[in-house]
Amino acid sequence: MSGTEKTVGTRGLILNEPLVFEQGSPGRTAYSLPPSDVPERKAEALIPKRLLRDGIPGLPELSEVDVMRHFTRISQWNYCVDLGFYPLGSCTMKYNPRINEDMARIPGFAKAHPYQPEEVSQGALQLMWELEQYLADVSGMDRVTLQPSAGAHGELTGVMMIRSYHASRGNPRSKILIPDSAHGTNPASSALCGYKVVPVKEGPRGVVEPKAVAEVMDDEVAAIMVTNPNTLGLFEDRIIEVAKIVHAKGGQVYCDGANLNSVMGVSRPGDWGVDVIQINLHKTFSQPHGGGGPGAGPVALKKHLAPFMPVPTVEKQGNRFLLDYKRPKSIGKVRAFYASFGVMVRSYTYIRSMGPAGLRRAAEVAVLNANYILSQLKGVYHLPYDRHCMHECVFTDALQARHDIHTLDIAKRLIDYGFHPPTIYFPLIVKGALMIEPTETESKETIDQFVAAMKRIAQEAQENPELLRLAPHNPRVTRMNETKAAREPKLRWRPVS
Amino acid sequence: MRYIPNTDADCRAMLQAIGVRSVEELFADVPPAVRLKRPLKVPPAMAESDVARHLRALAAKNADADRYAMFLGAGCYNHFSPAIVNHLVLRGEFLTPYTPYQPEVSQGTLQALFEYQTLVCLLTGMEVSNASMYEGASATAEAVLMAHRVTGRTEIVMARAVHPDYRTVARTYASQLGVSFREVPFTEAGVTDFAQVRKALNERVACLVVQSPNFFGGVEDLAPLAEAAHAVGALLVVAVAEPIALGILKPPGECRADIVTAEGQGLGTGLNFGGPALGFFATRDKFIRHMPGRLVGETVDREGRTGYVLTLATREQHIRREKATSNICTSESLIGLMATIYMVTMGPTGLRDVALLNLRKAAYAKERLAKVRGVGLRFSGPTFNEFVLRTRKKPGEVLTSLLKRQIIGGLDLGRFYPELKDCLLVCVTEQNSRDEIDALAKALGGGR
Repeated sequence: MSGTEKTVGTRGLILNEPLVFEQGSPGRTAYSLPPSDVPERKAEALIPKRLLRDGIPGLPELSEVDVMRHFTRISQWNYCVDLGFYPLGSCTMKYNPRINEDMARIPGFAKAHPYQPEEVSQGALQLMWELEQYLADVSGMDRVTLQPSAGAHGELTGVMMIRSYHASRGNPRSKILIPDSAHGTNPASSALCGYKVVPVKEGPRGVVEPKAVAEVMDDEVAAIMVTNPNTLGLFEDRIIEVAKIVHAKGGQVYCDGANLNSVMGVSRPGDWGVDVIQINLHKTFSQPHGGGGPGAGPVALKKHLAPFMPVPTVEKQGNRFLLDYKRPKSIGKVRAFYASFGVMVRSYTYIRSMGPAGLRRAAEVAVLNANYILSQLKGVYHLPYDRHCMHECVFTDALQARHDIHTLDIAKRLIDYGFHPPTIYFPLIVKGALMIEPTETESKETIDQFVAAMKRIAQEAQENPELLRLAPHNPRVTRMNETKAAREPKLRWRPVS
Repeated sequence: MRYIPNTDADCRAMLQAIGVRSVEELFADVPPAVRLKRPLKVPPAMAESDVARHLRALAAKNADADRYAMFLGAGCYNHFSPAIVNHLVLRGEFLTPYTPYQPEVSQGTLQALFEYQTLVCLLTGMEVSNASMYEGASATAEAVLMAHRVTGRTEIVMARAVHPDYRTVARTYASQLGVSFREVPFTEAGVTDFAQVRKALNERVACLVVQSPNFFGGVEDLAPLAEAAHAVGALLVVAVAEPIALGILKPPGECRADIVTAEGQGLGTGLNFGGPALGFFATRDKFIRHMPGRLVGETVDREGRTGYVLTLATREQHIRREKATSNICTSESLIGLMATIYMVTMGPTGLRDVALLNLRKAAYAKERLAKVRGVGLRFSGPTFNEFVLRTRKKPGEVLTSLLKRQIIGGLDLGRFYPELKDCLLVCVTEQNSRDEIDALAKALGGGR
C-alpha cells in the first residue's frame, strides 16, 4: 500500500435518522418551566380571542433524550474542521480555538443587554473599542465599524459609505469596476447600492494590470473592488499603481478582505492605497463557520470616510467608553443594536492569544503550506498560473479531462479519502478550477496525506475512471439529484392531512 | 503557537521541497515599499489561563441578567435556553463546517436547516422560509427590497410602532435604490393607527410594514391591515421581534401577511449584547424565486435515498452576481440550529406555556406597576410581554435609581420617540420572578 493508507477516510457506524417531525408521541415533553408565581389567567382575558391561535399543529412532541439523539445522529453526517483537513479555497477553514467559545459564554458577555446603561456596559464597549484598534492596525486603516454581520454585509456597508461620500461631494457616481475573478458578492453588493458593474479583465499574469483599469476609469466610476490577495491566490502586485489611477479620477479603492489571512502582519491594505476593506472574522480571526454563520464583516476605512460610518460608533473619552450616535452624515444602520458581539469576543480572544508574532506567523505558515501543496501537485494537476502563490493555489482538471474526469469527480473522490473537497469551479475565469487553501493550522503530515490522496486520485483517473464518476462511495449518501431539487422544490415538511 | 502545528524543522523541510530558502521569498510579489517593518500594534500573546482571566475581568464590568433583575426587552429578550441547546451547538460537527456546499458530507447541517425552514413556517403560518438571515432588522430591510422587486413600486409605508432600529436599517438599505418611506403614527391604544394606514396606502406603495407585538408590546390586529394593503396591490410585511409571542398569538400567515420576518434570538440564543442574532424570512410559495438567502430542498441521491441540498441557487449572488435577489452569503446557520433545537425541545405545549407565562407575568407587572404613585400606563391596548409606563420623574433618573438596586428597569423611550420622553418601556419574561416585579414596584414608588 502507498502512503494513502494513512489517510483517514473509512466507514464507521452511521445511524439513519428520520426528520424530527416524524418522531415522538403525544404528551411527551423535553422542557420544564417553573410553576407560575403570578395569578393564572386565561390568554383570552388579556388579548382578544380573534388575535390568538389554537395551537401549533405539526410540531413534534419529544423527550430530551429524543432531541439529544436526533441532533447528535444527524451531526455525525457532517464533515468539519474538527474532523480533518478542510481546504476550501477563499474560506480560510482554520482551527477554531475552544477558549473562544468559553469566553463568549461568560455571563457578563452572554447575558448583557445591548440597551443596558453604558456605565454598566464598560467591559463590552472596551472590548469593542480595543478590537477596533487591533483591526485598524492589521489593515492599516483609521477607523473600523464592527456592525456588519458577514463579509457580504461588510461589502454592502463599505459601498454604501463610498456612495454617501461621493454624494456629499455632489455626485454619487454610477459605476463600480470589478475584476472578473471576484466573488459574486462584490457585484451583488454594488447592485444593491444602485451601481452598474463594469468588469475588468485580469492580465496574463493573473492580476489586474494598471492599463486595463486606466481604460475604463472615468469620473462616473465610484470605486474599484479588488480582492487582494485575489481568488487565484496571487498578490495583486500592481495594486499601488491601480489605486493611484483610481484616486486620480476621484474614485475609491475597496478591497475585499476575504483573503487577509495571508498578509496579516506582513503587509497592510491601507499602505497599498486601499480606502475601505471588510475583514471576515469567520475567516482570518477564527470565528467558527457554524455550517454557514454566524460570521462578522467589520469594515475598516480611511478617515475621510469616517463621517459616513453606521451609528453608533464606540468612542473613548478619558477612561470611559461610550456609544456615539451623533454622526449626521452616517449612512444609518445595517443591523439592529451594535454588532454580532459574541463573534467580537471570539476574535478578540484569538488576537490576544496570538499576539503580534503569532498573527504574522499564521500568515507566513499559511502561505508556506499553500506553496508546499502547489509544489507537490504541480505536474500531477494542471497549474494555470505557474508562480508562487499566497494563501491558496488553484489547479484545474485539464490533465484528467482527457479521461473524461472532471473537477467534480476529483472533489467527490477526495471525500472517500477522508478530506473535504477544495472550492471547485471558482474563480470562474479558470475552467474546472480546484482552489486549495490549507491555512496555517494544518501540519506537514496532514498535507502530505492530502497530497498522497490527490496523487492517487490522478492515477485512478487513468486506471479506473468509473470509480471517480461514482464517487463518493463512503458517506451515508452519494451524489444528490440537484436537478430534481430545483425542478420540484420541496422546501419544508408538511403535516399529513 | 498552539494553533500552528508546523515546527521550524517542518517549515525547513517544506521550504526545501518548494525550492526556496526562506518564507520571505514566497512574499516576493508584495512590493518592498508596502511590507510592514514593525510588529503589529497588538498586545503580546497570552497563555490560555491569562486570556481567560483578562476576559473575565472585562466581563465583570458589565451588568448581566444573572446579577441584575432584567426588565429590558426592546427587540432583545431575556429567555431561558435549555442546556441541550448549548451542548448540541458546541459539537464540532455543527460548529466547524462551512456552508453546506458538498451535500454528501453536510447532511447533518442540511437536514437541520430543512427542519428549521419547516419550524419557521409552522410558527409564522407561512408557506416557505429561507435558511436564515443575519437578524431581524436587516431581514425586514430585505423584505422591503423584495416587495419593491415584486411590485415594481417605490414607496413604503411603515408603522412608527416598528422597532426604531428596524426602521433605520430598512431606510438605510432601501434609500440606496431610491425607495421612499412614509411613517404611520400609533394610537392611544399603542397600536398602529388604522385610519392613517388607509390614508397612506395608494397604488404607488410596494408594502406596508408593521410589527407585532409592536415596539411598545402592543398586539396589532393584522387581518384588516392585510386587507387594506392588498386592496391597493401592496404587500403586507410583518416583523416579529419577539417570536415567543407566536406561541399564543395568531400567526401572521393566517392573517394573510405576504412576508414575515422575525428576530430569532429569543429562541434559545440569549442576549449577547445584541448579537449574533437570527433573521427569519418567510413568505408565500408564489414568491419563492424572488426570495433572498439560501434555501434547502429535499431530493434523492443516485441510489434513491432521501437527502437534502442547497437549491434554487439561480436567485443567488454566486450564480447571478449583480442580478441576484440579495448579496447574502454567510448568514446565521448555527443560530438557526439553536432556534431549531429550542423549538423542538419546547414542542407545541412548551411554546404555548412559555408564551402564557410571559403574558401572565407581564400582566401582573402591568397592573402592579400602574398602581404605583407617580406611574401610569401610557397606552390602553392589549400587550404581550412588554408595556409602556408614563413616569412623573424623568425616565432616565428613574432608571439610574433602579440600577443602584440591581434592577435594569427598561428603556427610556425618549431615546427614540421625542413624543414619549416621559415614558419607560418595560419587559417581563418567564425569567422575572414575582419577587423581582414586586421589588421593581417598590423601587419605582420610592420605597426601600
